[in-house]
Amino acid sequence: MDKVVFEVFRFSPGEDVKPHFDKFEVPYQKGMTVLQGLLYIQSKLDGSLGLRFACRAGICGSCAMHINGIYSLACETQIAMLGEYIQVRPLNHLPIIKDLVVDMTEFWNKYKLIKPYLIHSKEIPEKEFLQSVDEREKLTRIVDCILCGACYAACPVVETHKDYIGPHAFVKANRFIRDSRDKGTYERLKIVGGDDGVFRCHTVFSCQEVCPKDINPSGSIAELKVLTTRAAFTAFDKSKLTR
Amino acid sequence: MRYFPVVVVGAGLAGLRAALEVNMHNIPVCILSRVHPVRSHSLAAQGGINGALGNHVRGVYDSVEKHAFDTVKGSDYLGDQDAIIRMCSEAPLRIYEMEHWGCPFSRTSDGKIAQRPFGGAGFPRTAYAEDKTGHALLHTLYEQIVRFEHSSEREDITVLDEMFVTSLIVDDSRCIGVVALNLKTGKFEAFHSDAVIFATGGSGRIYSNSTNALISTALGAYIPFVEGVPLKDMEFIQFHPTTLIGTNILMTEGCRGEGGFLVNNKGERFLANYDDSKKAMEVAPRDIVARNIQREIDAGRGFENSYVHLDIRHLGEKKINDRLPGIRDLCIKFVNIDPIVDPIPVQPGQHYTMGGIDTDINGATEVKGLFAAGECACVSVHGANRLGGNSLLETIVYGAIAGKSCAEYVTSLSQTRVGADKVESRQKDEEKRASNIVNQDGDVLICDVRDDLAKVMAQKVGLFRKEDQLKSALEDIKSAKERFTKVKFNAKSKSLIYNYEYINYLETDANITISEVIVKGALERKESRGSHFRLDFPKRDDAQFLKHTIARFSKEGINLSYKPVKIVKWEPKERKY
Repeated sequence: MDKVVFEVFRFSPGEDVKPHFDKFEVPYQKGMTVLQGLLYIQSKLDGSLGLRFACRAGICGSCAMHINGIYSLACETQIAMLGEYIQVRPLNHLPIIKDLVVDMTEFWNKYKLIKPYLIHSKEIPEKEFLQSVDEREKLTRIVDCILCGACYAACPVVETHKDYIGPHAFVKANRFIRDSRDKGTYERLKIVGGDDGVFRCHTVFSCQEVCPKDINPSGSIAELKVLTTRAAFTAFDKSKLTR
Repeated sequence: MRYFPVVVVGAGLAGLRAALEVNMHNIPVCILSRVHPVRSHSLAAQGGINGALGNHVRGVYDSVEKHAFDTVKGSDYLGDQDAIIRMCSEAPLRIYEMEHWGCPFSRTSDGKIAQRPFGGAGFPRTAYAEDKTGHALLHTLYEQIVRFEHSSEREDITVLDEMFVTSLIVDDSRCIGVVALNLKTGKFEAFHSDAVIFATGGSGRIYSNSTNALISTALGAYIPFVEGVPLKDMEFIQFHPTTLIGTNILMTEGCRGEGGFLVNNKGERFLANYDDSKKAMEVAPRDIVARNIQREIDAGRGFENSYVHLDIRHLGEKKINDRLPGIRDLCIKFVNIDPIVDPIPVQPGQHYTMGGIDTDINGATEVKGLFAAGECACVSVHGANRLGGNSLLETIVYGAIAGKSCAEYVTSLSQTRVGADKVESRQKDEEKRASNIVNQDGDVLICDVRDDLAKVMAQKVGLFRKEDQLKSALEDIKSAKERFTKVKFNAKSKSLIYNYEYINYLETDANITISEVIVKGALERKESRGSHFRLDFPKRDDAQFLKHTIARFSKEGINLSYKPVKIVKWEPKERKY
């Protein structure tokens, strides 16, 4: 394989009437990633191509996009795994700013809804909070979320219910709920168990399929359903709800 | 035009920490970043953050003083000792603070923050969260920003992402704001302020073989530099010993800290054959290990004349999965190798910019109202060679220090909001400049100038330097400047919305100038110290060069001068490990 064809989604609101695809031929080199291909296009063929990127090593979460049918990170997707024809489109469910760049405001606002920070007791130790190896183990993988938006774009519930909080925020909520240092479980369960919360999830595992960090958002959502249900059954103890 | 008492440029660890500190002083603060905060390059840091916590069984006798001494020795005595002592003494406080804010550090069997051995350190003092410490810290700090946003106890903290700062406004030797391009709208916006904190990260992408994110270019150093702010010690560029072949993605020092071996094509742990690394072996400091790897490759004892093996197989599957899961993942995804089964092909690559915006021990620059922290700044705590685990530490310690001194400065001002008209007219200048830039009609591709220069820097201004090579690099820079006057813009539209061609232009322009600063500093420094190794002057020369290089910009060119190193405790000695 000495060259590949990229079919890239293009749309500049205000300039274009409707979206279209542009085709580009890119010389292939061993080990080339989809991001490298797009940057080749951007720097050599069409400087107006809009896309997001930063770390190029699968950790910053900038370059999640729809690549040959699957939401993945362009930077860690090897062209060799895709073949000679590559189609890229932006993340779904979010307004397009330009080409592959989407407006993620709504994504971040939903993330902020679930209080994404450690809520701890007033007493702070002089040194660290002690946390056993087993307690820390509960955070393994779930803290690896890079907030790339792949799960959000793949989620069919986001498609049909605009205010659905979304898998990325549920993962974050569960990350803190699982944390032995955190005291905000009930506050968060009230949010994730609400009208736009986890019970809208249809458990189709789309989020889990696409997660580039294998975080298993579906599993987190299931856990939150259990916790919320359990809390609801004990909800008559109102002191717990307001803690 | 918008006004904020304090504007922070950059939303990595240093920028976020500085902004939190300013806001803790109940001052409204605005963070401008070219990317969303959690995309910042701080999160690529893997191995950990240093602090004398004494949590490791072999670390109980560790102390702030020992940490400081290791850092001074690691810096090849070029680091300012007062600044280093300050950083090391505040380390435990800042690390505990991050833990209290929720950072998911790995744990010891007694539930404390886990620490691992790292290069150049006398004790295991590098606190870590698996091999994703930067990611853990950055997300934690951003979470705190959100908490501060939610809180009604203080003045506002405002985060404006994808706001690309293009210039700094200095009027009457006082910093009064910045102009930024809003990438989402393609419009310039002026930010009027009483103080600015620069926290833009390193300039790694000057080099073609960098571990840095693609967004880590010289612009953060260039913008203040052309406004008259001096840069310090720019010739000191760290090359990380172990970066993945091809992509130069970082393979953390933690691989060696946990017990990994470096092996040549004869199967030897070759570090034993070199005087300066035979005792510490794989955990000698980065400058030494990187040079010895390159020497092996140059002597034909590498693989395919370009790499050696980093072998962690003997650590076993469990330890690799527990402590280095990110490394395993990167190897599988980028070179299709599972380090449990096969050794990792690694080579040295550009990693860190030790030099930067010249600041004092409080993060203040020469220009009133301008502060700097993190990799873009040079206090200097890393001197001629940074120890692994000290960069994350510097970001949160000096981020907080710069934030505090900035808050005190703003509070002490008798007159605020000065020079609004200047800020407004500067925005118009930037609009005009941008329109001139994108309407150029030459025949040279911007990326070609950028990439050719980056290769020159890697080849001629790399691990080993020599007068003729450096002079030839200066010639190459000169011709890059000439080619750069004839660039073309191939975008059909001149809109500035996510116009990376325009951004590439600004970055390449900055890379050219800062490359020249690096080369000139390297040419004048006729000695070998830390990361700066001159084949024609292979010895350290304290009599002549125990001093910081200061570079200043003028229309006529770059001027170099020197400044003494602060030695308050340890007299320079020969450096061996």
